[in-house]
Amino acid sequence: MKNGKKLWSAATSLVLCTTLLFACSSNGGNNGGTGGEGGNSANAGTNGNGGNAGGGENAGASNGGGTEGDAAKKVITITYRDDGIGEKGVLFQWIKAVSESYPDKSVEIKPTPIQASEGDYFAKIALALKSKDTAPDIVTEDTFILNSDASAGYLEPLDDRLEEWEDWTNGSFIEAMKKGVTASDGKVYGVPYNTDSRGLWYNKTLFKQAGLPENWKPKNWDEVLSAARTIKEKLPDVVPIWMNMGKATGEATSMQTYEMLLYGTGERLYDDATGKWITKSQGIIDALSFVETVNKEKLGPPLSKVLNGQAGNTASREYLPQGKLAIQLDGSWITGNYLPNGAAPWPEYKDVLGFAPMPTSKGQAPGSITLAGGWALSIPANAKNKDEAWNFIKYALNKENTQKLVIAAGNITVRADVAKDPGYTEMPFNGIATEYLQNAEFRPAQDKYPEVSTQIQTMVESVATGTSPEAAAKKYAQDVTRIVGEDHIVEK
Amino acid sequence: MSSIAAAAPAKRRKTWTWLYFLLPSVAIMLVFFIYPILLTVFYSFTNLALTGEAAKELNFVGLDNYARMFEDPTVRSSIWNTLVFLIGSAVIGQQVLGFLIALLMKHKNRWFRRIIGTIVLAGWVTPEIVCALCLYSFFGDEGTLNAILQSFGFSTVTWLYTIPMVTVILANIWHGTAFSMLVFQAALDDVPSEIEEAAVVDGASKWQILTRVTIPYIKDTIMTNMMLVTLQTLGVFGLIYAMTGGGPGTSTTTLPIFMYNQAFVNYQLGYGTAISLLLLLIGIILSLFYIRSMKE
Repeated sequence: MKNGKKLWSAATSLVLCTTLLFACSSNGGNNGGTGGEGGNSANAGTNGNGGNAGGGENAGASNGGGTEGDAAKKVITITYRDDGIGEKGVLFQWIKAVSESYPDKSVEIKPTPIQASEGDYFAKIALALKSKDTAPDIVTEDTFILNSDASAGYLEPLDDRLEEWEDWTNGSFIEAMKKGVTASDGKVYGVPYNTDSRGLWYNKTLFKQAGLPENWKPKNWDEVLSAARTIKEKLPDVVPIWMNMGKATGEATSMQTYEMLLYGTGERLYDDATGKWITKSQGIIDALSFVETVNKEKLGPPLSKVLNGQAGNTASREYLPQGKLAIQLDGSWITGNYLPNGAAPWPEYKDVLGFAPMPTSKGQAPGSITLAGGWALSIPANAKNKDEAWNFIKYALNKENTQKLVIAAGNITVRADVAKDPGYTEMPFNGIATEYLQNAEFRPAQDKYPEVSTQIQTMVESVATGTSPEAAAKKYAQDVTRIVGEDHIVEK
Repeated sequence: MSSIAAAAPAKRRKTWTWLYFLLPSVAIMLVFFIYPILLTVFYSFTNLALTGEAAKELNFVGLDNYARMFEDPTVRSSIWNTLVFLIGSAVIGQQVLGFLIALLMKHKNRWFRRIIGTIVLAGWVTPEIVCALCLYSFFGDEGTLNAILQSFGFSTVTWLYTIPMVTVILANIWHGTAFSMLVFQAALDDVPSEIEEAAVVDGASKWQILTRVTIPYIKDTIMTNMMLVTLQTLGVFGLIYAMTGGGPGTSTTTLPIFMYNQAFVNYQLGYGTAISLLLLLIGIILSLFYIRSMKE
């Protein structure tokens, strides 16, 4: 009797063991399942459309007819990232305004935002694009992941359509910006709508109080650090310098912090000449040492604030406007928050803020450095209404509508005609941010970049939390080697 | 004689009916548990990725993902963190605390039992994510704990960053203790009072009764509960992810968090599935250990 009881409980326990454990793991399995199938159909989609341009049109028409009937309005879905402010968000407002004025009333434009942290957005997008059931008709893609998503077959090449679009061919788009949306196969996978530059935002009022120049232009890293030290000494309640340093802030940590530092040393992430990733260099150690110094001397924000996903917003929407932060290494777009309908309206920002270029490590040529990124509208390979989506993109990214978006968002335009428009140039900092673009560097257009980038974030966070630069760099080298393969790395 | 002959086919028929009734649940288990597990095993031998070239073409990479686990120092630290979290929050925390509460409640009056029971159960019925947010706001920089400290004139502590592992362990204890308490309550109620009375008559102290009579009597329950709590805790993801995100650095990165990071942050689903199998392996080893010690 007792034995039977034991056996019974053992059997139940084993069943429970698998059940409880796989409550967690079965998610992975299921996702993988759809993933495999999704990948296949994505493949078929690209091949078919690549072969003949009319393929997409037919598929679109039959799809629409089959599912909705001719009389029904076609719904064009646009997916973008909502960082938590919902209908107050710039993109939501813009999509609403543009779709109201859109002349073709036979389609309905529907925003389908993904509310996620910056890092999660790209994973969610990738999952959505894998399947025909979940892919939107238009998706906003950060140019850093565009190449990767294109290699995965998730996106529709737009070359044939672009050829027939006058705005694209007549020089309205700045030629250099087309590079950001061209994947490694030479095809264009998106229409860019903004770009950005990066530099040092600083609060002039605080600088004055600390006895620092209001027209600040540091010549090298030491001058940046010494300004931060002065702030710490004179204004102990103020955070001297804020840089994104956590894994949770995703690409912002890689690009605004690490790459701005690394490229400032003269080193790069990827060696274009040999086509190899640089896994060991003095530049890596120097860049990490800067992060280490900021944290060791407590010149940065408390780690509990900077290591979470909201860090960027905390800095630009709270600390900087409230006079609790002196210097912020960040992108040109943060001023979008301060506009009357932005997330943190701050009318005085034009006079209080300064935007200094980020100097190179020792002041070596070209003196300052910035990285340029940007976003594009792309059509997923699994989209149901590709032609309607394309027509809407052409309308949404014409001169007038692009201008509205970049002004509202505080971004830099990718259109030459908008750049000349007085309505654009009179916005504070637009001139200066555009000027920094002259020395702009771009992230490697490699499909492994997003994976390497997450290793950068891990490396920076580990240094911020006390690991030595050498140890963190060593781990980075191992991880990158594993990702790209031993034949694709080089040490300097 | 004839009654025995008649009983045999009846018994066999009974076995078959038993199987029919079981069939639907077996089918559900096959589709929703066994199939994903097999898929997971399959994908763990591939380079399945969320984006990039590998997302387009699925390739077999043999044992690469497993070889990688052996080289990866984060796997080692994640296993370590998982064990610390497991022993701290499940084996010691929930188990011991749950047992103590159940013991203290024994033979107390009905109202006392009800009130204490309800309070402890509140943590158990709270959904994991709500629980995580509650404790995040408790331990946060401007959270309740710091507010209390401040009102007494102490300086604040960034709990989630100075002692992250302790905070998530406490959170899991708060969340899960009720389960152990309920199990032990039932078990303690089953201990016949005659045995304990006999021990008292023999002159045993309270401590002796507890260690020599009560605990040996409910040993099986302790082991079963230990196994259930262990398996539950091994898979905890949401609680840690919402409170610390596995950070700062990798100080609270347990295996489920690490698996998520590999699969959905680094986009390497293949490697992620391999890690999930490692997690299953650890679960099986621990279960076998518990079952073995139950038999002894």
